[in-house]
Amino acid sequence: MSVSIQKGVEAFKQQIDAPIASFFNSCVNCGMCASSCLFYVATEDPKYTPIYKLEPLRKVWKQEYTFWGRLSSRLGLSKPVTDEMLSEWQELLYDSCTLCGRCSLVCPVGNDLVYMIRKAREGMVASGHAPKGLKESTHRAMTIGSPMGVTLKTFKKIVSNTEKETGMSIPFDIEGADYLLLMSSAEIMQFYEFIAAMAKIFDEAGVSWTFSSEAFEATNSGIQIGSSDIAAELVQRIVDSAEKLKVKYVISPECGHAYTALRWDGPNLIGRAYAFKVLHVVELLDQLRQEGRLNISDKEMGKVSFHDPCQMVRRGGVLDEPRHLMNIVSDEFIEMPDAGLLNWCCGGGGGVSANSDADELRLKSFKIKKQQLDATGVKKLVTSCSNCRHMLEDGIEAYEMDVEVIGLTELIADHLVTTEKKQEA
Amino acid sequence: MTTIALLTWARGPGLTIAISILILGVVVRVIEMLMLGRKKDLSEPREGSSAKYGWRTVITRFMPPLSASHVSPIVFMASYIFHIGLFLMVFFYVPHMTVIRELIGFGWPVLPSWLIDAVTLLTMISMLIVMWHRLNNKVKFFLSGFNDYYSWVVTLLPVVTGYFAYHRLVLPYNEMLVVHILSVEILLISLPFTKLMHTFTFVFSRWYTGEAAGRKGVKI
Repeated sequence: MSVSIQKGVEAFKQQIDAPIASFFNSCVNCGMCASSCLFYVATEDPKYTPIYKLEPLRKVWKQEYTFWGRLSSRLGLSKPVTDEMLSEWQELLYDSCTLCGRCSLVCPVGNDLVYMIRKAREGMVASGHAPKGLKESTHRAMTIGSPMGVTLKTFKKIVSNTEKETGMSIPFDIEGADYLLLMSSAEIMQFYEFIAAMAKIFDEAGVSWTFSSEAFEATNSGIQIGSSDIAAELVQRIVDSAEKLKVKYVISPECGHAYTALRWDGPNLIGRAYAFKVLHVVELLDQLRQEGRLNISDKEMGKVSFHDPCQMVRRGGVLDEPRHLMNIVSDEFIEMPDAGLLNWCCGGGGGVSANSDADELRLKSFKIKKQQLDATGVKKLVTSCSNCRHMLEDGIEAYEMDVEVIGLTELIADHLVTTEKKQEA
Repeated sequence: MTTIALLTWARGPGLTIAISILILGVVVRVIEMLMLGRKKDLSEPREGSSAKYGWRTVITRFMPPLSASHVSPIVFMASYIFHIGLFLMVFFYVPHMTVIRELIGFGWPVLPSWLIDAVTLLTMISMLIVMWHRLNNKVKFFLSGFNDYYSWVVTLLPVVTGYFAYHRLVLPYNEMLVVHILSVEILLISLPFTKLMHTFTFVFSRWYTGEAAGRKGVKI
């Protein structure tokens, strides 16, 4: 047995807890999880059945933590997990899983399959079986501070350009501000309009906020690749700067994984609760709406739909907030089939967007999203995750569809009553 | 050994051994599972205790899933019928109640035998349908192994032999009864060591998932 496979098996062992044992004990191989999986439904290849993706983890559980399994593996009756097996499973655990969590909603015995996939990736990292693209983005996150290689200098440049364009001043490192706003690299690089949109909304609502030059990146490559050590380090950077600035809230930007990483995984990764609260920007916007601090001037024309990011709706608990917001800016808000809790993934979550091995499969699977969109006939699609947005745009282009994708925050900002407008009126 | 002697053994020591293995096996398997522990979640829950959402999921997953496009309505019905059928047969049939009373000292009302007879027939048909589906559905066939087929056989045998005994088919009543009781004993002994273990662990798996989701405000 090579050193790396030993490390991998050891990592699998460490991940197995009572819930995982209960899941494997309960599975009856009914195959229902396949029907919930984007990649199975798009390809109809049984190897994409979620529970099958967990075969290495199941094997380790059986051989290490069950009486009969231990006995039969000691007697040489069952084959151990090998390097070859893990090489084969790399595609199944990374390329064909976006950690979307649909499978966890349909399993009749209640198995949280995505919980297991996330944990199985720890064994893949330990044994050296993570995809190249994800390894590189994780390395950039650790060394540069952003998975896409965005430096603080670049970020500050984009912020100052925004200041020039909008005439607003954007706060940095303000101690005692109420809110610390984080960004995702995708927003900084591709959808930097988000910065102006946030500044405008905060300004109009009278929110005290700041960026931090020590922690601006919200995404967490450590979680996607499956390395708790790295994930903890990335969370710690945010926690340190938030606690140094003594903010009350840290705002996750429009990024699903960033939100769950910080809101739900973070305290468990660093081993303690935070001195601040974490909100997704959509939760904050909905709070402002409730408090009457979001004044909408006019509504979006034509039919619009909303794409629920998996990490917000299934893994994060943010289901109603975006709908409240959609309804204040649109008279023709149309839900897609399966919208809400069962919405289909954009295809690029869980590190898939950073993993070029998965590109072909991801675009093939986009046909499910196309079906959902075609059913509504909308020309405008709103979402609240910049990774979803990027992936949706990519798929829409590949399928030559005529749909524009916009971020919910920007949409709100576009229809906000601004001080100038108030004065004009 | 005469049929009567065999019957006496199967009803007496045989059953005691089988039930002991069942109980011991299940207890060991559950302890082995719980010993692995579950880390305390340090994230701030959306609302107080989420234990109730665990129980909620234990109940809600009895309902058909919201998305199961690859399963035909017939297979769906069959899956429900055989589970409910097995439950009714085991716990609400007159002769079984006699055994239950002997074992635990109390009982509960039973269903008329003609109804159990009909339930048995439906259960057998349903179990054939689900096996047909396992062999013909490409996902299920791909996933299936010895455990799946063995579990199906040892579950079906007591149903079939019970039906035969009741209708005096194939073998004389006493002989069929011996076969029936022995098949039940094989089922009881097999349970802790096969996927039939889900009979007990489904409560845990559903609870863990429901609780974790409920903590985040996802009510499933």
